[in-house]
Amino acid sequence: MATQAPARVRSQLTPYAFLAPFGILFVCFVLGPAIYGVWLSLHDYDYLLPHQPWSGLDNYVNLFKGNSRDGADFWASMRATGIFTVLSVPFLVVIPLLVALLLNNRFPGRTFFRAVFFAPYVLGVAVVGVLFRFLLDPNIGLLNFYLDKLGISQNIPWTTQLPWAWISLVGMTVWWTLGFNAIIYLAGLQDISADLYEAAAIDGANARQQFFGVTLPGLRPVMLFVVTLTILASANMFGQSFLVTQGAPANETRTAIMYIADVGLAQNRQGAAAAMSYILAVILMVISLVNVRLVTRRDT
Amino acid sequence: MAVVHSSGRSRVVRRGGLWVVLLALTVVFLAPLLFMLSTSFKGTEEATTLPISWIPRQVEGSAYSTLLRSVNTPVFRWFGNSLVAGLANSALIVAVDAAAAYALARMQFRGKKVVTALVIGTIFVPGFVFLVPNFLIVGKLGWLDSLAAIIVPSAGGAFGVFFLRQFFLSLPKEFEESAALDGAGPWQTFFRIVLPNSRPALATLGVLSFLTNWNDFLWPVYVLFSPKHLTLPAGLSTLQGAATTNYPLIMAGAVVASVPVLVLFVIAQRQIVESVAQSGVKG
Repeated sequence: MATQAPARVRSQLTPYAFLAPFGILFVCFVLGPAIYGVWLSLHDYDYLLPHQPWSGLDNYVNLFKGNSRDGADFWASMRATGIFTVLSVPFLVVIPLLVALLLNNRFPGRTFFRAVFFAPYVLGVAVVGVLFRFLLDPNIGLLNFYLDKLGISQNIPWTTQLPWAWISLVGMTVWWTLGFNAIIYLAGLQDISADLYEAAAIDGANARQQFFGVTLPGLRPVMLFVVTLTILASANMFGQSFLVTQGAPANETRTAIMYIADVGLAQNRQGAAAAMSYILAVILMVISLVNVRLVTRRDT
Repeated sequence: MAVVHSSGRSRVVRRGGLWVVLLALTVVFLAPLLFMLSTSFKGTEEATTLPISWIPRQVEGSAYSTLLRSVNTPVFRWFGNSLVAGLANSALIVAVDAAAAYALARMQFRGKKVVTALVIGTIFVPGFVFLVPNFLIVGKLGWLDSLAAIIVPSAGGAFGVFFLRQFFLSLPKEFEESAALDGAGPWQTFFRIVLPNSRPALATLGVLSFLTNWNDFLWPVYVLFSPKHLTLPAGLSTLQGAATTNYPLIMAGAVVASVPVLVLFVIAQRQIVESVAQSGVKG
């Protein structure tokens, strides 16, 4: 008996030993920070000050006062994020679907083309950002050079004036992430049973009717996933604005994440920045939930 | 006859249309990358004068040799930093996530449901929520401006645990059960039976983690400052700031940052594309 007990204790501890390495990292850098962030947002936390006094909900309330330090700037940056999301999501939902329909045909070299369309996504925003900053250069960029050849010879200020800056940011994001959404759609298309198309064809449905009668309904769950994921990705936009427009003109394209990072990580006002990030997070969660509800309700 | 003929012709037209669109898209996707490569081999003079040349009139390696010698923008040093950080981070993630995922998938213990729900629940919390507090935590650990800040914190993320747990749940239990009958303990079973049978999933997680770490932008921009400690994405940002219109230099930096991931993509294309494809159908 005496020799068995430690063995059993050891075997009961085994699962925790398997969990421990990840658990430590999870507590230190995910769970801990989530709670620490709430604490920060309730204090007048400034990294550079010796004392970090409790301030209750001041950090939150201040954001809703137009004349406070962050009130106007934060909501301007939220507006920029909103504009970018509204402009980019439709393109990022529809164009990848068209590309997926194209790739769903049978033709030689399909894997090659799929890889080509996906390739920009593996590059990361830093490469894509500095590359487009160059391609969009008003004087010596590739885009204005070819527009000039087409007879549009006014050097378009792609990165410094509206609406061009938004067109640039949306366009480069479509180029960068189109392949990602297209691959998800393609898997969804291949998941739709061929029997459904056969049955529709026997009923005399033409290609158009098959698309609206079979393809789109079959894709609905995948489309919900793509829409939700894309809204979240667009709302997280940072690198494109940081590298290509630097927020120009006059902070018009400075996104919420840019502002939060600036306040919290560069200006060292962590309390205010933490409050902002919770407000943005709550808004995004509400949007995601509404999104799911809208689609599932149509099902019933 | 007439019907067959016309449908045959419309098929030819459709096929033709398909190829026109495919080739146009291929140009749109590849041209910017080729132009990046071409510009990196030009002199500054040629890169900033019109008309644009696709093939450098004079091929120069000066952008690369400048970057090699530079003290403030040591791109090849950044390359080394990114490589070390990416490999260490993905190895750490695969190691700790595999062990944790195995416990969640196969072992019984008190609090299992709560732990599983807590870990998987955090996948749905937007990452920027952790940004500000983690910045302070990393500061307190003394990791600011060091690669530890790039390697360790993101290994606390729950995605890999979720991913491997799903995979372990799909493995047939027979191997593990027969190993247990042969007297193997949980550690032996895990190392000798489970891990060798999970190589594809572990490799996929490793590749995805490496790509994510290699491309991560916001975090390194703020936690690394001195030129010799930067990773490539943070470095490209300072390079753009320092060189403004010296495009051959900036494009050379972008090429150095692109080549490894493009090579990795060619090698591991199946795993990368599959993991993205699966996410939608399962999710």
